[in-house]
Amino acid sequence: MGELQAARPWAERLDVSIGRSALVEVDLGHLTVLAPFGAEAGMTEALSAAHGLGFPKPNRATGKDGGRCIWFGRGEALLIGPAPDASLADHGASVDVLDAWAAVSLSGAAAVDVLARLVPVDLREGAFKRGHSIRTQVMHMSASITRTGKDSFLILVFRSMAGTLSHDLKQAMAAVAARG
Amino acid sequence: MRINCPICGDRDRREYYYQGAAVTLDRPAPDAEEAVWEDYLHLRENPAGRTRDLWHHEGGCGAWVVVTRDTVSHKIFEVALAADVKGAAR
Repeated sequence: MGELQAARPWAERLDVSIGRSALVEVDLGHLTVLAPFGAEAGMTEALSAAHGLGFPKPNRATGKDGGRCIWFGRGEALLIGPAPDASLADHGASVDVLDAWAAVSLSGAAAVDVLARLVPVDLREGAFKRGHSIRTQVMHMSASITRTGKDSFLILVFRSMAGTLSHDLKQAMAAVAARG
Repeated sequence: MRINCPICGDRDRREYYYQGAAVTLDRPAPDAEEAVWEDYLHLRENPAGRTRDLWHHEGGCGAWVVVTRDTVSHKIFEVALAADVKGAAR
């Protein structure tokens, strides 16, 4: 197969600050869904040996920027960053989904208030700490949300919804900013 | 209305898709009588009180759950993974 060019989810680079929140598109590197066959023990070991990451429990994430593994639904995790080691495929399905998801980072003191307008889950720090990662909805879009820092969130939606995600987030950011 | 998903935790109703009565977990044998199949396919209870339904957590982990709830008081008694309920019946 020829050398393929990766296309970006947004036609123009997404990078906006409104009030006390900032929205930036992020290039996460490789995205690979890992779905262990049966028990997770084999996958956990292989993931740890190859990438130094733990296989996340439900609603949790492991690792940090550059190499992260987030819980991604029942019996699934998403490996973010490194190209998946071949050994992972011995313990479960290992599927390249780089072209299926769009990713943004929402950060700033008002980020949590912006998300409160769009997401039906309590994302305040008391309930949703660093290292927590959930599957939920942003408006009506199926999404994955991970807290990556004190005031920063990684948000993934299906790539076909990228435009709707940036629109909804920008509107909510403006509405929160308007309240001062 | 909130449903406590056994995997994700307490979540808003809008993350769930309602499928209907949980009778579909008890599929009749392929050679069962016609009347049994008709009952299974078409006839449903409409209780004022306790009922068991299947919900799909489509906006969350993707699991099917069996919700036991009261249609009058809206109280939810139990939420279990359909896979566990089905597994226990075997």
